[in-house]
Amino acid sequence: MAPKLLSVNDLAVSFRTRRGEVKAVRGISFALARGETLGIVGESGSGKSVTSYALLRILDAGGTIRTGGVTYGGIDLRAASERGMRDIRGREISMIFQNPRAALNPIRKVGHQIEDVLRQHGRASRQDARAKAIKALADVRINDPEARYDAYPFELSGGMCQRVVIAIALACDPKLLIADEPTTGLDITTQKAVMDLTRDLIRARGMSSILITHDLGLAAEYCDRLAVMKDGEIVETGAAADVFARPRHPYTARLVDATPRPGADLRALLPAEARTPLVPHAVSNTPLLEVQGLTKTYTGKSGPVHAVKGIDFTIRQGASVGLVGESGCGKSTTSSMLVRLLDPSAGRILFDGQDIGAIPADRFARNPLRGAIQMVFQDATDSLNPRHTARDTIGEPLRRLTTLDGAARRARVEELAAMTGLPAGLLDRFPHQLSGGQKARVGIARAIATDPRLLILDEPTAALDVSIQAVVLNLLADLRTRLGMSYLFVSHDLNVVRLLCDEVIVMQGGEIVEAGPAAQVMDAPAHPYTRALLGAAPKPPSAPRSPQAPDRAAE
Amino acid sequence: MRGRAVALGLRIAQTLPVLFGVVLISFLLTRALPGDPAAYFAGVMADAESIEATRVKLGLDKSLPEQFAIYVGDLFRGDLGRSVGTGRPVLTDLAERLPASLELTLSALLLSCLIAVPLGVWAAVRQGSWVDHLCRVLVTAGVSLPTFFTGVLLIYVFYYLLGWAPSPLGRLDFIYLPPPQVTGFYLIDSLLAGDAETFFAALRQLALPAATLALFTLAPIARMTRAAMLTALSSDYIRTARAAGLTPRKVLYGYAFRNALLPVVTTLGMVFSFVLGANVLVEKVFAWPGIGSYAVEALVASDYAAVQGFVLAMAVLFVILNLLIDLSYALIDPRIGFAGK
Repeated sequence: MAPKLLSVNDLAVSFRTRRGEVKAVRGISFALARGETLGIVGESGSGKSVTSYALLRILDAGGTIRTGGVTYGGIDLRAASERGMRDIRGREISMIFQNPRAALNPIRKVGHQIEDVLRQHGRASRQDARAKAIKALADVRINDPEARYDAYPFELSGGMCQRVVIAIALACDPKLLIADEPTTGLDITTQKAVMDLTRDLIRARGMSSILITHDLGLAAEYCDRLAVMKDGEIVETGAAADVFARPRHPYTARLVDATPRPGADLRALLPAEARTPLVPHAVSNTPLLEVQGLTKTYTGKSGPVHAVKGIDFTIRQGASVGLVGESGCGKSTTSSMLVRLLDPSAGRILFDGQDIGAIPADRFARNPLRGAIQMVFQDATDSLNPRHTARDTIGEPLRRLTTLDGAARRARVEELAAMTGLPAGLLDRFPHQLSGGQKARVGIARAIATDPRLLILDEPTAALDVSIQAVVLNLLADLRTRLGMSYLFVSHDLNVVRLLCDEVIVMQGGEIVEAGPAAQVMDAPAHPYTRALLGAAPKPPSAPRSPQAPDRAAE
Repeated sequence: MRGRAVALGLRIAQTLPVLFGVVLISFLLTRALPGDPAAYFAGVMADAESIEATRVKLGLDKSLPEQFAIYVGDLFRGDLGRSVGTGRPVLTDLAERLPASLELTLSALLLSCLIAVPLGVWAAVRQGSWVDHLCRVLVTAGVSLPTFFTGVLLIYVFYYLLGWAPSPLGRLDFIYLPPPQVTGFYLIDSLLAGDAETFFAALRQLALPAATLALFTLAPIARMTRAAMLTALSSDYIRTARAAGLTPRKVLYGYAFRNALLPVVTTLGMVFSFVLGANVLVEKVFAWPGIGSYAVEALVASDYAAVQGFVLAMAVLFVILNLLIDLSYALIDPRIGFAGK
């Protein structure tokens, strides 16, 4: 049997903090063969990123490897000198990171950043560094690498930045690539392009790799083997298809269940014991919101920017409409105009027949309709005032928009907390004392406090772990039935939209390219862009494959 | 490049309204000062008639807009008026005294940067070590001791007790002649004249006042350097650089320090401007013939022309300083262009 490239034995990492020692990784063992791709999957706080930093010994201050060993190609990495580690980093083992724009030095030309690595490891001299850096850029299929050599990170898109980060990581032909959430924050089509590129490069060079991700579907598609981590321990390892199709550990099973995928309904995301029957919501044919020729044009430095170019659609009473598209497609501008935080340049927004688009956004807060249209924001943490308790936050719209006061308001806040599944005991806590899921519940409770008829949800689950996302999505489905609300659900995740929405609108470049019933748009997309979006979504092994997707299993 | 030149021209053009505002406000404020300069300069023995004659001679009998028009017209001809206190043109006074203040301030800042920046970097890299604590002690001492106190203390120790420093009386000991004026900075002028002896004499005179001011300016610079380095060192790109195997030296200076420079340069500009205004105490303690003491004397005497000349000179200096800081931003950080302003 071929010797393992990397083996990790009983690795434990802990951090010194003010509240004592925190054990981030509690004795994990795994091995990686040459040419193999291992996925380490886990939710936030599982210790998966810390594991990768520990391998390269680049833990943040206060972090130490307590026990265990790491052997790479016969070298004991834990015992190696710091100088020895520097030769290994970048030349033998490289890393790519999440948030690629921040991972690059903002004030250094990308070409020079690649040269730094090449020259550090003696792969280039002063004379040929430029040519080799350009070749490294060409290897990651960047168009016009000569010109990009002189670019700064802020001049490049997120996907391009990630290509540059990959170019830096692969410049010195390492044997092992560790990718730490490489596509978090990237659009879904960019995610696919980056992942495909990485996979092709790794194969072409015969490298091994470790993919660290919270996305089980992504890991299952791109990895040979998976290791599932929870609370600093590996709870399950196995071939990717097996782990996904036949999870052995209950935690893995919950994770697999919670991953939105074609063919599963909302309740199927929840653990088996929580799957109560879903009461269907009633959709009437009366229009609640009619959008006609809605346009938004910004004045930019180099001429007007057409963010939204005259779109029309209708949301019926009780219906949930998904608004889908990639960053820059105009979906956030559209939702801001509908929730009346932004004035349209042209067009009408008819709410119950009344043109609310004509009411200036800065005066809408005093309009009686303010309580009827509410919003749940993307980042559950940033959208809460850090100095307000959950009770203050939920009570705020009641104080401003209703006549409830004193005991009545208090009772209403408690009722809202109960409706959104927030324990009453947590109402007096501040946001930093709440978990991500609890903060999401506070945001939802605040939005439904005034009994809105239309709720605009801007990627409400994008920052949540999948298991919490599953719970929140089900909560939203129950609330809609109970309160008869209509939803406009803004998202980039088609699988999530399919679960929750009756209709889907696909936007690209400020225009609606396709709209229709969710099942129809998803299963028989008419527009090439919709097909591209659907094709880019990760396809876990157990999911039926769409014909456009390359079939990896056949390779 | 042409676009850059146009942008730079626009940036300089933006300073014109600022300068006009300064001219107007300094003019109005000096008129609003209590005290009648005509009575002051006519002397204690003057009767109402001779006060009136002085008033006419000074042009103070005319209406405010008229006085302002005359003042602005004179400014365009390069005439800042005549100081009634010294009896000499204000321009001549400023040309003599401004370099003295600038020489003191700039040497103090240079000295303070040479100590504060490495100290701040070191304190950030070895967070919590003795260097960090030393930095904290020095910074606290620097801000909490007033300059007139440290000045007097330094004179007591180095002049009176140890006798290392020359007598703290002005820019040059009386046995030396000032070097022929080129820049007005004695250190530079003496070197230009090839006069090493005068150079060292001037340096000895400069050492104590410069050290006094440096100690005072150390605090904000060291503190900002430390904070900016800590921010830079905890960023994602530093992790990328470490994961790529770059040496700690390259990571520290090539990546972290350059990113940390921006806030440090901002602080430096602020420190420079407040020190230039605040070094009047140091000038008094060391009998330094600088612009600060000149302005205070002029203010007490309601010497309009001198005060206006001082304020205008300071304003021009600050405008140039801000321009230089903006230019250095653009050099340090490619994301900052003039076009965005």
